[in-house]
Order: sequence, then structure tokens, then C-alpha cells
Amino acid sequence: MATPLVVSEVSKSFIMHLRDGLRLPVVANVSFSVASGECVVLGGPSGIGKSSILKMLYGNYAVDAGQILIEHKDRIIDIASADPRSVLEVRRATLGYVSQFLRTVPRVATIDVVAEPLVARGIAAEQARERAAELLEKLNLPRDLWQLPPATFSGGEQQRVNIARGFITDHRILLLDEPTASLDAANRAVVVEMIRAKKAAGVALLGIFHDEEVREAVADRILDVSQFSPRKAAA
Amino acid sequence: MTQEVSQYSGLASYNFAYLDEQTKRMIRRAILKAIAIPGYQVPFASREMPMPYGWGTGGVQVTASIIGQEDVLKVIDQGADDTTNAVSIRAFFQKVANVAVTTHTRDATIIQTRHRIPEEKLQENQVLVYQVPIPEPLRFLEPRETETRKMHALEEYGLMHVKLYEDIAKNGRIATTYAYPVKVAGRYVMDPSPTPKFDNPKMHMSEALQLFGAGREKRIYAVPPFTEVVSLDFEDHPFEIQTFDKPCALCGAEQVYLDEVILDDKGGRMFVCSDTDHCEERREHGHVGHLGVAKEAAE
Amino acid sequence: MSDTPLLKVRDLSKFYGKRIGCANVAFELWPGEVLAIVGESGSGKTTLLNCLSTRLMPTTGSVEYHMRDGGYRDLYHMSEAERRFLMRTDWGFVHQNPADGLRMTVSAGANVGERLMAIGNRHYGNIRNTASDWLERVEISTDRIDDQPRAFSGGMRQRLQIARNLVTGPRLVFMDEPTGGLDVSVQARLLDLVRGLVNDLGLSAIVVTHDLAVARLLSHRMMVMKDGYVIEQGLTDRVLDDPREPYTQLLVSSILQV
Repeated sequence: MATPLVVSEVSKSFIMHLRDGLRLPVVANVSFSVASGECVVLGGPSGIGKSSILKMLYGNYAVDAGQILIEHKDRIIDIASADPRSVLEVRRATLGYVSQFLRTVPRVATIDVVAEPLVARGIAAEQARERAAELLEKLNLPRDLWQLPPATFSGGEQQRVNIARGFITDHRILLLDEPTASLDAANRAVVVEMIRAKKAAGVALLGIFHDEEVREAVADRILDVSQFSPRKAAA
Repeated sequence: MTQEVSQYSGLASYNFAYLDEQTKRMIRRAILKAIAIPGYQVPFASREMPMPYGWGTGGVQVTASIIGQEDVLKVIDQGADDTTNAVSIRAFFQKVANVAVTTHTRDATIIQTRHRIPEEKLQENQVLVYQVPIPEPLRFLEPRETETRKMHALEEYGLMHVKLYEDIAKNGRIATTYAYPVKVAGRYVMDPSPTPKFDNPKMHMSEALQLFGAGREKRIYAVPPFTEVVSLDFEDHPFEIQTFDKPCALCGAEQVYLDEVILDDKGGRMFVCSDTDHCEERREHGHVGHLGVAKEAAE
Repeated sequence: MSDTPLLKVRDLSKFYGKRIGCANVAFELWPGEVLAIVGESGSGKTTLLNCLSTRLMPTTGSVEYHMRDGGYRDLYHMSEAERRFLMRTDWGFVHQNPADGLRMTVSAGANVGERLMAIGNRHYGNIRNTASDWLERVEISTDRIDDQPRAFSGGMRQRLQIARNLVTGPRLVFMDEPTGGLDVSVQARLLDLVRGLVNDLGLSAIVVTHDLAVARLLSHRMMVMKDGYVIEQGLTDRVLDDPREPYTQLLVSSILQV
């Protein structure tokens, strides 16, 4: 399908019960779509809700209203109302997410962390590790780190592990939250290349990039999230 | 040899065989139930007997409930008719039941035994009554009665094999040599009483009825004639009986259970038949072991 | 992914007179899914676990299990024999205190082999080899196979308990605070082991814990309980990252950041 991701009239607020029910609106009436092979960048000032949108799309945050329609295999799943099992299935097969921070599991070697999404899809461990090795090589992660758990890596190293893990499958939709924030110029270029390759393969990408250069290089269009800000609506 | 017992008759203060008829009825019901469910421990209201717990009260109660005027009773203790306990119990029944007694296995209709099965193959008209200290084969692994009853009810016998596994892990082989657990009629696991494992095969498909009485623990169980009794084991550590490398010193019998007898304080010992009747019989028929003397004319 | 739930729970409640143990719990559990039941002391989580695992008779409601033969059976319409058999073969139960789930005076090998012997395995050599394999899998040195758990550390005992439960290839494992009382480094190792085994064996698990980090690491879904009621449930990362209910927000905010 040409537009694997459609977001329709999504709204969200946080209600902070620990602060006497203080209501913090996040976004209102978010509507947009991302086509296959397209890279849409979420723009806007810090705190406007860009990360929150990605998290809602991934099912990590709940939504108050609206629909998040993902084309999964041959069905349309609404992440906003799907049961946990369906969301997990979508994450496993269709929807990938490169988060800002790497949450590590103790004792698992980097190469296995990266290979895991393939193994979860039923690929044999050896094959998955080979693929992981290719990506880590491309991202210039030193070989002698591959057998170590990434918990003690530097920010930039962890980010590259995260990226490798996110890019290793053939998920049709990828959500990228600041994937290049801690990387040097050389590695930023590698990531840009990888994003271009995904676009060419028909993957729909939605990302947040603070780095202007990267944004210029990959964005097909920029979506200003300020238009969905409830504070603006109030103004 | 059969003895006349007329001098003991006439003590009217005891009911026949000591127990009152209601008690006998209760015990007979327990026995019937036990026969109907081979290997299952039937609780019964064990009575006060004129001997303390640990001296065969269970066996005595079973015998007292089934014995009739026509019966011929043999009592053995570790295979011998002439040890104190065997003699006392035999005399007890002579006094309270006025029955004929014997030391010949073949002539007895009821054989009460502590810890051995006679070598002589038992016949259809015979009853073997075992004295049992602890009837529950799982007791030492699982002290809770509530749990062991459930395990029997639900046929959960994994624990029994755990014990055998431990034996092999510790000793290289199953080290249990007496009170070796058996599975009866393919269903209940039973403790055969502290008979040597050598005797276990005799329980299998016996023509005689086997009854087990535990007085202190208040349980009766039974193995009807021609019942399958299989000793527990592992496929790669099959059940084996003890073997003796020398025959009986007195009568030369082989493949019988032997007792060790210390002869002097210099370490001299001999091995003789545990079953005294069996040994005597053989010697009467002219068999002689290397320490035996040829039998003189019968007394 | 399978289409049939392994466990269907409807309207499950346990009352002690007027006091609520747990109330109106309903959910489904699928093969390969790990569900965490989280709450503080007195939340009803242990009561719920016991009602689910047939250790406690509920007051109302039903727990249906998908048997290997394909049909669903209501656990409380089964005979005790059937329930106990299920407990020994298709299910596991990992106690918080490993001594409750082990035979302390019997060797490690026998502890692991017991279930095999209970279902009719009669080959000593095979039983011992299987036990040895499992000790290796739970990272206990195989030369401890003849040692008693009395001589093991807490972490080792817990790993032995896990091996003992998994040896018959159960499809559903209940865990009651599996890392409770263990040192932090030991906890990490144990959780990692459990995670690995659950993945490798495609187990379903229901894990009761008060430790949100354990829930985060092990579970796909989470139920938060308070005063006997399930007040919030959903995808684990959603509940932890975007808690909606006041109590859940309180719980999440109370975790000490290291």
C-alpha cells in the first residue's frame, strides 16, 4: 500500500494525579500520513510533542482520541485502540522504532542485542548475527565491542547499537527519534546513507532530527508539530 | 512337630483367640477391604494387646481375627521357630485359642512371621501374616500423613524413585536391602515389612494369602493370592536379590537366605539357613553342610 | 502466533467474608506471553496468583486452561488428581523462597529428576543426564549434581527451583516474586536467565512482583493491582512510561533512579 501510516485526529493530555490532577495537554487533532519511500521529519521547538507523537505511534504512550492506522501484513490495525498482543505483533513485523536512549538488558552481548529483532521473526541465530555484524561494521562500531553488553558504552556507541537494531529488519515503517544526536560527522553520514537505502526500499520513515544537515539530506517534507499544539489553539 | 495342647484348655476368662467378637468383626472387615484393594493400607482400630507395641501386636491381631479351631499355627521370628518372640506368641495362641501348633511350614495353615518369608513355597490353603513396624513406604521421605495419603490416592510415586535415585547416586547401586518397596497389582506401592529383599520375589504370584498387620500404626494391608508384586527399580539398575557365595554350613542348602553366626571370639563364623525349619528338614533328609553332622536317628 | 489463548480468566474473585482478596479479575493469556502482576503488599496479587494456579479456591469466576489435547477445561471443574497432574507436567510454580519449591534434603539431580520420575521415566542414566543438562542451562556447575540444596546459595537454589520446574517442558509458569530476597547482582543474573528461557522455550508466564524493574525486563503485559482490584493493565512499556491511574503514577514515580 502506498500509505502504510495514517494518523487521524489524535489528541493527548497528561493528567498528573500526583500534582492534584494537573492537566497537561500535549497535542490535539494530529492528522498526517507517511507514504512508502517517504521520509517525513517532525519539526518544531523543543517540548512541542514530537517525541510524544512517535511514542504514541509506537504504542508506548496511550492516546485520548483519534486513530493511528498502520498497514500490517494485509490488515489495517489502529494502534490507538489495539490490544497489547496486536501492538506487539505490529512492532515485531511492521513498525520499528529507534529511540533516543538504549535501554539495555543485562548480560546480552551487543551483537545479540542487534540480532534480536531478526531472531524474533524466526531467522536463525547465526544468520541474524551475520546481518548484525554487517550493520555494526557499517556504523564503525569497533569489533571488540561486539561481544560485550552495551550498558557501559559511550552515548555515541549506544546510539549506534540502537540504530543497527532498528534498521536490521525489513519493517515497512520506521520511527526515528534523534538517531544522530550523539554521532560524529562520519557516522552521521553513514546513517543518512542507511536512511536513503530504506527509502529506496519503500520504507516509510518518520523522524525527529535536530541536526540541520541530516534533516536537509533525508527529509522529503517537514511537518511542523506546532500546528498540533493545544497551547497554540488556546492562544 | 505337632504338639498336643490339651493342658492349656479351659481358661474361660479369654474369648477365643483373646479378642472379643466385635473386634474380630472390625478387623475382618479391614482385612476384606485390604484384600479387595491389594497393597492399600486400611486403617483399623488397633486394640490393646498383652504385649507392647513393637512386639508384633499387629500381626497378632490379624492372626487372632482369622484363626479357627481347625487351624495349625506356625510362628517364626527372623526365620526361626525357637527364638523368644516366636515361642511367646505361639504359646499365647495355644493358651487363648487352644489350636494346634507346628514348626513345619508345610503343615501350617497360618504362619505368623517377623521379617522373613519361609523358604518352602507356600500353598493355596495357607495364610502368611506379617508383623509390620512402619507400614508407609514413603514415610521417611515425606513425614506428612496428609501428603502420603494423597500420593497413594493419586498414584504419585515419583518420590519413591527419588529415593532409589539417591541410593544409586550415593552408592553406585540401590542400597536398600530390606523393606524394599514393591508395586502391588500395578497400583499401590507397598512396604513388604522388613523382610530382606531376597524374599521379595516370593511375594509375587504366591498361592497363599499374605496379610500385613501394623499394630502401633493401626494399618492392615494385604496381597491376595496370585497377585503381581514387582520390586521398584530402574531400567538400567534392575532389581537384584542378594547372593551368598557359600551354602548353608549345616545342611548345604544353596539359594536360601543365610544368617551369620559368630562361633568364637577369634572371628570364627558360619553361615546357616535363616529358616530353621527348612534347615532341619534338609538335614533330616540327609543333606549335610561342611560344618554339619550327619543326622542321628530322629528324636 | 497462536490464535487460541492459553488461559482465559473471567470474573475471578476471592472473598474472605467481607474482606476482598481479589475481585473481578478478567484477562486472557496467550502462548509465549509474559504477564506481570504488580502491586504493593496487600494488593491481592498473591491471592490472584494462587487462585490462578489452583492453590486457592476462588469464590466466583472461572479459570479455563487450554489443554494439550486442544480443549478448554475449567480448572475448578477438574478433579484434584487432574489438577495435580497438570501442576507437575504442563505447569511450573516458582516460589519466592526456593526452599518451598525444592526438596532440601535430596540431591540437586534428584530435585530436577523428580518430575521425570513422577511421569514414569525409569532409566537412571537418562534421568541423570537430563538433570545434568538442566543444571548447565541454569548455570549451576554440573559437579554439584549430587549436592543437596542445603549447601547452595540463595541464587543457586532459585536457579535449581527453575530447572526443577522446567524439566517437563511446561507451557505455563507461575512465579511468585522470583527475585525476592536475592542480592542485586544475583537478581540480574536470574532475571536474565528467566528471560532467556522464556524466549527459547516459548513459555507463558505469570509473574507476581512488587519490583517494577522486574516487570519491565520480563513481561510483555502488566496488571497493576490495588486493594484487590486490577486498576490498570496493558502493554508493560505503556503502563510504565505513560501511567494513567493515580496509583500507577504513584508507583512509577516511587522507583529510585540509580
